[in-house]
Amino acid sequence: MANPSAPPATVSIRPLSPYFFILPAVAIMVAGLVYPVLQAFYLSLFDWKIGTRFEDAPFVGTRHFVRMLTDDNVHESIWVTLRFGFWTITIEMFLGVSLALLLEKPIRGASVFRTIFILPLMISPVVVGLIWRYLFDARIGWINYYLGMVGIEPQVWLGDPELAFFAIVFTDIWQWTPFIFIIVIAGLQALPSEILEASRIDGANWWQHILFVKLPMIRSILLIALLLRLIDVFRALEVMYILTGGGPGRATELLSLHIYNRAFETQQLGYASAISVLLILIVFGLSFAILVAGNPMKEKSDI
Amino acid sequence: MSGVKLSGVMKSFGETTVIPMMDLQFDEGEFVVIVGPSGCGKSTTLRMIAGLEPVSAGQIFIGGNDVTWAPPKERDIAMVFQSYALYPHMDVSGNMSFALRLAGRPRDEVKQRVRLAAEMLELTEYLDRRPRDLSGGQRQRVAMGRAIVRDAYCFLFDEPLSNLDAKLRSTMRTELAILHKRLKRTMIYVTHDQIEAMTMADRIVIMDRGIIQQVGTPRDVYNTPVNRFVAGFIGSPSMNFLKAQLTGSDGLRVRGKGFDIPLNPRLSKAATDHSARDVVIGLRPEHFSVEGAGGTRSSLFAPIDLTVEVAEYIGSSQFLAARIDDQPVTASIEVGPDSAPLESGEYLFDTNRMYLFDRKSGMAIA
Repeated sequence: MANPSAPPATVSIRPLSPYFFILPAVAIMVAGLVYPVLQAFYLSLFDWKIGTRFEDAPFVGTRHFVRMLTDDNVHESIWVTLRFGFWTITIEMFLGVSLALLLEKPIRGASVFRTIFILPLMISPVVVGLIWRYLFDARIGWINYYLGMVGIEPQVWLGDPELAFFAIVFTDIWQWTPFIFIIVIAGLQALPSEILEASRIDGANWWQHILFVKLPMIRSILLIALLLRLIDVFRALEVMYILTGGGPGRATELLSLHIYNRAFETQQLGYASAISVLLILIVFGLSFAILVAGNPMKEKSDI
Repeated sequence: MSGVKLSGVMKSFGETTVIPMMDLQFDEGEFVVIVGPSGCGKSTTLRMIAGLEPVSAGQIFIGGNDVTWAPPKERDIAMVFQSYALYPHMDVSGNMSFALRLAGRPRDEVKQRVRLAAEMLELTEYLDRRPRDLSGGQRQRVAMGRAIVRDAYCFLFDEPLSNLDAKLRSTMRTELAILHKRLKRTMIYVTHDQIEAMTMADRIVIMDRGIIQQVGTPRDVYNTPVNRFVAGFIGSPSMNFLKAQLTGSDGLRVRGKGFDIPLNPRLSKAATDHSARDVVIGLRPEHFSVEGAGGTRSSLFAPIDLTVEVAEYIGSSQFLAARIDDQPVTASIEVGPDSAPLESGEYLFDTNRMYLFDRKSGMAIA
């Protein structure tokens, strides 16, 4: 019989118990993420071709990394990626934020329009690539068809370096503007209404209201959206792979596509791994920046 | 310049009418508190004056100008919100100067006015802090500072003290009263707390279900409430209401379960003119007394038997939760700090302090 007046038995937690409980999750993370990364790094130290025995592959040490620093093709694909990132993200941020500001008010039909508007985000990237490849097609594409109706000569969209770059930028904007839009509209709708009213009483006109009150208050959300897009730009692969395959020449060869082509077109798996290590470092740096930028809701809680 | 005036103002949200019809005049330089239970339309009224909510009908005048359809910034008003509504991304001086900067005032003038307001509110050392680094009371002061630097014609307050703890609230009440004396501006203050209304207002507007019940000075609404709602809302603890019948012919009495009290000549005359016999009497807790301490048995003081359930000692007085027959009443009795706990028995009630209401309409009989 338990004595009710006895002190309750203390539940002691062994110092290692918490680690035991997160072990399954950690194990999956290690198997799925850490192991492949380490494997890629290991692979980058060898010069290995698919179909040959890995044991026979010569060990090259850091030679791939040294080569990368002076490889014009790598530099070019980084430059393409940065240019691509600059144009897409700038335009996506501008369009996404503008649309969010326009559609933020609960007007009739806004929710329907919002749903339609985020559809591109839900389409598989491979399908997006196919859709736009046919739309941009020089002979059967709708884009040339409609341009022809207003008297513009048909263009070889995916065959010309400038136009192909325009095409991948355009497609990316079409696909990813909704992403900025939903994040920003969620941020705007979470703004406390009294602050917005206070700014109206303080005499802010329409653009002052947006520029001095609304946007600064969602600036951490904007920063997060920007960084997420930046990471995505470095990871983008499927759409460009299907749309242009990096061509013509290397005009649309983003870094990730460059890695893919190196690995599977030219069979330089070790070198491709070395470039992926660079890619991981870039993405890691950007992700770290997100963590530093902090939780966007943290600031909200104590307004 | 003639204060703030609402003329035939009506407000409905879709099918729901919040304010059926309202005429109200706030004199220039007056401190008016609009008080009522939540959902009575007091905040809506204030927001219509601010221009944050359009009227459904009627007109609003501020300083003699028809501002019914003017945006908030053209109304020469400043407003303090319940949540303070400070801009989180600006420091204190940025918050206080925002309106002036938007208006394009010269930098020196902006600085000067922020400095003066900050001194008035003892915020000088916090000018470069962000709102999140301030305590609740300091944020409240910044919100007021933001209103003060505007030097607006009319100040609007929407339950500005309800997020503060009790002690800070009473301090801020005093500061607000001082501020009003200094600035001499028209101030309209909305609250559900009748103590705030009683302590600060020049005049009180009591609202219920969108309708103004009574407008008057704190003394008016406490001493001569026009109906049962006002009588019950103003005063703390609130008035006791007991069902009663008018009896007798000359020198009327009110009789109910457990009491039979003579009316004083004034009420007796009023009740004679009143046709209905079914009434409700109102007894304020603070008007009960015991013989010897505050009360003397005379024609003025009527004896009432109270069955005391709990006697709470609160210093110089005791607070009774009691019954008259089976009806619960509260009484607050001054007996001095050394008194023994009060017990059931005969208590006195000052018949000059009794209120009489028609049972059906709830209107005061006086």
